[in-house]
Amino acid sequence: MAVEKQLEELEMVTVKFAGDSGDGIQITGDQFGNTTAIAGNDFSTFPDFPSEIRAPLGTTYGVSSYQIQFASKDIYTPGDTPDVLVCFNPAALKVNMGTVNKGGIIVVNEDEFVEKNLKKAGFESNPLDPNDTTLQDFRVHKIPITTLTLKALEDMKDFGHADKLRCKNFLALGVVSWLFQRPLEPIEKFLKKKFGKKPPILEANTRVLHAGYNMCDTMEIFPIMYKIPPAKLEPGTYRNINGALATSYGLLAAAEKIELPIVYAGYPITPASEVLHTLAALKQFDVAAIQTEDEIAAVTMALGASYGGSLGITGSSGPGIALKIEAINLAVMTELPLIIFNFMRSGISTGMPTKTEQGDLAMALFGRPSDSHLIVLAPESASDCFWISIEAVRLATKYMTPVMVLSEGFLINASEPWKLPDLDTIPEMKASFRTDPKDYLPYKRNKDTLARDWVRIGTKGLEHTIGGLEKINETGEISQDPENHDLMTRIRAEKVERVQNDIPDLEVLGDKDADLLLVGWGSSIGSMRASAEVIAKSGKKVAIINLRYLNPFPKNLEEILRSYKKVAVVELNLGQLNMIIRSKFMIDTSFLGRVTGQPISVVEMVDFINNELDLLKEH
Amino acid sequence: MSTTAETIKYKANDFKSTAEPRWCPGCEDYAILKAVQTAMAQIGRPSNEHAVVSGIGCSSRFPYYMGTYGFHTIHGRPLPIATGLKISNPELAVWVVTGDGDGISIGGNHLMHALRRNADITILLFDNRIYGLTKGQYSPTSEKGKINKTAPYGTIEEPADPTGLAIECGASFVAQISATYVKELVNVLVEAYNHKGTSFVHIYQNCYIYNNGAFDGFTERSIRDDNNIKVEHQKPLVFGEKNNKGLVMGYGKLEIVEFEPENVPDSVIIYDETDLSLVRMISDMKFPEFPVPMGVIKRVKSPTFDDAIHEQIESAKTKFKPDLEKLISSGDTWEVK
Repeated sequence: MAVEKQLEELEMVTVKFAGDSGDGIQITGDQFGNTTAIAGNDFSTFPDFPSEIRAPLGTTYGVSSYQIQFASKDIYTPGDTPDVLVCFNPAALKVNMGTVNKGGIIVVNEDEFVEKNLKKAGFESNPLDPNDTTLQDFRVHKIPITTLTLKALEDMKDFGHADKLRCKNFLALGVVSWLFQRPLEPIEKFLKKKFGKKPPILEANTRVLHAGYNMCDTMEIFPIMYKIPPAKLEPGTYRNINGALATSYGLLAAAEKIELPIVYAGYPITPASEVLHTLAALKQFDVAAIQTEDEIAAVTMALGASYGGSLGITGSSGPGIALKIEAINLAVMTELPLIIFNFMRSGISTGMPTKTEQGDLAMALFGRPSDSHLIVLAPESASDCFWISIEAVRLATKYMTPVMVLSEGFLINASEPWKLPDLDTIPEMKASFRTDPKDYLPYKRNKDTLARDWVRIGTKGLEHTIGGLEKINETGEISQDPENHDLMTRIRAEKVERVQNDIPDLEVLGDKDADLLLVGWGSSIGSMRASAEVIAKSGKKVAIINLRYLNPFPKNLEEILRSYKKVAVVELNLGQLNMIIRSKFMIDTSFLGRVTGQPISVVEMVDFINNELDLLKEH
Repeated sequence: MSTTAETIKYKANDFKSTAEPRWCPGCEDYAILKAVQTAMAQIGRPSNEHAVVSGIGCSSRFPYYMGTYGFHTIHGRPLPIATGLKISNPELAVWVVTGDGDGISIGGNHLMHALRRNADITILLFDNRIYGLTKGQYSPTSEKGKINKTAPYGTIEEPADPTGLAIECGASFVAQISATYVKELVNVLVEAYNHKGTSFVHIYQNCYIYNNGAFDGFTERSIRDDNNIKVEHQKPLVFGEKNNKGLVMGYGKLEIVEFEPENVPDSVIIYDETDLSLVRMISDMKFPEFPVPMGVIKRVKSPTFDDAIHEQIESAKTKFKPDLEKLISSGDTWEVK
């Protein structure tokens, strides 16, 4: 008979799953996120995994984790520190216990806490021992997850032992689903889809999922279960989306609107490959998704396609982007609409491939030989990747220029609820290919945009040659004339500057009438929005602007910057946007920058804002 | 864009641009330019249906002098650019002009992969065994011991063999010819164009300024017939000023035999451009012990990269209707009221 349990209602909760990189942590997190979405909560996820595919078992450096914050209100970040930590082994506990909120719940797989594993994780004594004080600040629930999994599958004689062990993540998922009163149906549906053709695996996983759930229902493992009521989201149809999918769908939507085929060329690299994988499976949308021999071939193949009259797109991350620079400059010089996604990852050189950062802004703006200008955009969230892709296509083709999208490793993997867009609201765009040979000159420009004509190669009567050599304005003939080069350099810069006339003004978020203005871009905006809410609750004020357009800046940026007593720049680097704002507008700024491989925590940002507000008061 | 097959007769001049070539006097690039224009006239497609993509180097100035579409790109990268162009515009005749530095050195990786992919493009590799545009450094095809600006004591590297490389990379069409054989060059170019797949044409091209006479041993008029051999599918491998020499199969390797010109022995090999063992033996012949092969060395049928890409797209369309609305709302969705 089920024991009566208390039900407590909460506004928001952060849960983290952690274990070996082979424990199925990411799949567990994904599925929990999915049921959370269906339960109507707003949520934000943060998958975090090592770059080793299968690091040695039980080691601290092999720990993979998946954090999710969900709430009955709008949220912007995956949460700073977990309220609930589910650990599959001692190493996962060792790495993560320091982050759990005091009084928080820690669920451990008791079976793994044996001497060998404890030693590997660096525990001198077993933290689960009654006399051990390591976990005294937490509510620890010891569950023999491995034993229970094997027990639940005892009668499946033909199902191997190793296969049985592989199901234990779904037992844990059952436990957590009970704890937060999540429905099991979406998970069952997922299992049916994934393992429909492998009945024993489907049967085993479904069984342990229910075993985990029912066990909590029956036994007094947790005295309380929690309820997070649905969030009051805007009415509409929603789905769960991550940045990789949103980026790909945005490209498809733009291609459909502008009626051009996509040639997306990439070389495998973390975390950019996800988009190449997605597009490779969507060929029916007129997508040629090509894995090339190297990064240079990827960008040049895309450029060759742009030259021909298709949407040439490439994507990579730091080390790969570095290799593409010369070809990007050829696109700047030949004024072709190339789109480059830079899914920024952490660190110089190989750095920390699976971690996030915003370190490539200065590179995007200045990291090419000579005065080389292109459009730079940055999405703020997983779902915003959809709209940024569309904007990249619109601007590249209208202005005949490369566009670099500074996306982030964090956004690629993170997921959130997404209200399905009305595809009719996608901005109009048209590829107006030149067909008229009369008076055609390759570098004759549109008076408003300064764009030269795009010619579909093969068009009768428009034969011409372009290339990397400097050319005479309008005629496109090669030239070393000093004044002409000066003119062309200025025209190329002005062309990008004129995009200002074509992008929306910045909107101030948070408290518009604050004294302090936070300026940020990319995923930092999530932490900034969350921090602004905390600040507002404490009766103080802070304003926010989000620079989705990093080159050129929106027209009203300067006016906004000058209308606040204090401006503070926040970004995941050591001050690149900060330097640009200071030098471009000659205003004083404060700065918060972190390069930990993770988004800036709300706690840290709130402290920073409070400190800035205190300094303002002193003046 | 369709091929205008009927009555229009083209002349080489129809494929010339108004720009005046700026190669050095005596450069054999002039001869190749003329040959390409002549070949295009023979091919019979209008100038707008051709695009010439080049890298960097003396030869890569080529597109500026063509009345076709042209793209003078960056060092070593014309191949992926041409591949992207061909994928985007499958009807276009795409030509790549590259050199021993551009194609074998800085762009070597792309060459290997372009050849195995087999997109329907034609690669012309101008081999002068020197860096001309940068004024005389050794190139990957420079012969060992050559004295030049970067090797004042002579180069210490074994040279690369572009034709052998192309064959081993799985190229479906490989030809080799000297720029001094104008008529044969035109023929080879037409054959290369006609081949469906990547055609690789290795052209010996004398650099009059920095490496003059590099190929005299087998191209100088008075001795060339004894030092190179015209290879042709289904024809005997005969050469010599008097057509009195031939290649026969010895013990696991080729041997040269001499005979009266009228009595070609049965043992002389009948060339087969599709027989990979024979293709390898011919391309492996080392000068001056053996003559230098000229002509189409390898030609095999093989599916093309661009066709395969478009076939997969079309096949996906028959299996899955491209419905964006449906795609975006796929997976689990939920209503918020």
